Amino acid sequence: MPETLIKIRGLKTYFPVKKSIFSKKLFVRAVDDVNMDIPTGSTFAVVGESGSGKTTLARTILRLIEPTSGEIEFEGKDILGLKGRDLLEVRRNMQIVFQDPYNSLHPRKLIKNIIGEGMKIHFKITDVEIRDRIAAVLKEVGLIDDHMYRYAHEFSGGQRQRIAFARAMVLKPKFIVLDEPTSALDVSVQAMVLKMMKEIKVQENLTYMFITHNLSLVDYIADRVAVMYVGEVVEMGDKNTIFKHPSHPYTDLLMASNPVPDPKFVREKRLLKGEIPSSINPPSGCRFHNRCPFADERCAKEAPALKEIGPDHHVRCHYPL
Amino acid sequence: MELKGKLLDVSNLKVSFYTYRGVVQALNGVDLWMDSGERLGVVGETGCGKSVTSLAVMRLIEQPGEIQEGKVIFNGTNLVELTEEKMNRVRGAEMSMIFQEPRSSLNPVMKVGYQIGESIAKSKKLKIKHTYPEVKEILRLVGLDPERVMNSYPHELSGGMSQRVMIGMGLASHPKLLIADEPTSALDVTIQAQILELLDELARKMGNAVMLITHDMGVVAEFCDKVLVMYAGNSVEYASTARLFEKPLHPYTGGLLQAVPRVGRTDELKAIKGTVPDLVNPPSGCRFHPRCPHSMDICKVERPPFVEIEPDHYVACYLFEGKSEVREDA
Repeated sequence: MPETLIKIRGLKTYFPVKKSIFSKKLFVRAVDDVNMDIPTGSTFAVVGESGSGKTTLARTILRLIEPTSGEIEFEGKDILGLKGRDLLEVRRNMQIVFQDPYNSLHPRKLIKNIIGEGMKIHFKITDVEIRDRIAAVLKEVGLIDDHMYRYAHEFSGGQRQRIAFARAMVLKPKFIVLDEPTSALDVSVQAMVLKMMKEIKVQENLTYMFITHNLSLVDYIADRVAVMYVGEVVEMGDKNTIFKHPSHPYTDLLMASNPVPDPKFVREKRLLKGEIPSSINPPSGCRFHNRCPFADERCAKEAPALKEIGPDHHVRCHYPL
Repeated sequence: MELKGKLLDVSNLKVSFYTYRGVVQALNGVDLWMDSGERLGVVGETGCGKSVTSLAVMRLIEQPGEIQEGKVIFNGTNLVELTEEKMNRVRGAEMSMIFQEPRSSLNPVMKVGYQIGESIAKSKKLKIKHTYPEVKEILRLVGLDPERVMNSYPHELSGGMSQRVMIGMGLASHPKLLIADEPTSALDVTIQAQILELLDELARKMGNAVMLITHDMGVVAEFCDKVLVMYAGNSVEYASTARLFEKPLHPYTGGLLQAVPRVGRTDELKAIKGTVPDLVNPPSGCRFHPRCPHSMDICKVERPPFVEIEPDHYVACYLFEGKSEVREDA
């Protein structure tokens, strides 16, 4: 078993919803009781539909959002109690690349300042050194050093995502969250960006958390997968195990909904009925029971726990497939 | 001239937009055709002109854009020459369109029932309140609860439900052609599967043709009979779906298919080198030549014609000029 870089136990992130002062307090349970081990050097994919809590989970790990309860350990250290210098050091080690490269780069700053800003905070180095490092990192992500004197609007979507990645990389982090990094890009550009990210990961010995709704990407980039549904992890484990034997009915139907780029492939017509429920008032018992083709009375009453059903394969279901 | 498509035959369509940077030649001679009841997928990357093509077919190109050349023969009439008044009778009644963002296509301050009723009222010259029985029928047809949805405002519906409403509205007058511009790109995969299933079922029932504009090769493979690949404002390849995926001829189509990730594929994704050209100043000759691994001298000078290489398989590429036998390495 490889070393664990990030260990998450009982993590909950709730957002209060203001109704009226007399009604009961309501919460959006964006992340609810998540337990997860992210091994050093792995690419850990988190998949799920909109509103399943994938992004909130990632932001909570980075302490961009404070959790309601639970524990997060980074290299064996609890990071939730950290303050000041110690927190700064952990922040340097955990970076993020956002989904939309058109909004995540400052329109009125030079690329040099966008990439260099973090270094000024984290490292005691001279401007010349900063410039050299920016030149080096731009080369690494497939751009040229001249690009540092330009503005974000002068670049295409793929190039902007490379810049956003360079901004994360330049701080020499150990862990990078990639939050749907290619969903705004065309397929041929996506292919180049993913390839670059995969290569740099090996070179720099990074650990990725790859958030996506596109299952086809998971098989290409990830080693391990967690499937989320209404704030909970419903299935987690090795990529190959989950793709070959999806054990949670939701995972199974999610995969059956994924279009296959091959006209010869005849898909069984299995559709997931209905839509993802609200995480303010999730269904009782198993949160999937009202859409599940196999649900019975027990599922409506009793919430299943995340159980280990095989080596490195966890499922939250009373009747795993 | 003989028409290739019985329902729709677009030939040599050119559309330009006049911007402060110069003239953007968004469509530079697009050919496409469809038979009744057929499903055509139009694919290509951002900026290749897929959406402009669909808007031009509907005659919805607005200033600063203009259709400069070409024919759009729909059901025997050249739509490019119609007066606006006559075109209005074609739109909605004989061809209709649904868009990518269903929620921004609906009026946020009008109830859904009223909005659907309005389109029927206009084509059938009825009062809106008299269309409500038909509106309920349509909502039931697209799998929604009529009582609830009729009196809802668009913000009370989810993305998937709004797209169902749009489909219902589009098919209300039984058009011969439904143009769907990225109808599922803003939706989750499970909802996408539901919407595609609905489009499939309704098209079977009503017999309408569907032009599906998408960038998702998976969606094309599952839904379409025929595929048109576009690049930088040109039609570059047209074939049946099975044929196109099995034996893509144009180097761009080949490159595009190799860049698509899929479950079960862990080998390296191959990207097409370079980027999509700027259409204010497009490359000479074949617009793909700067990125093409097989580029020849003639490609830089002259635009390749869109010709039939094999039965019902059209390609715009000099690699296949004068060859009925196809090169293996293409």
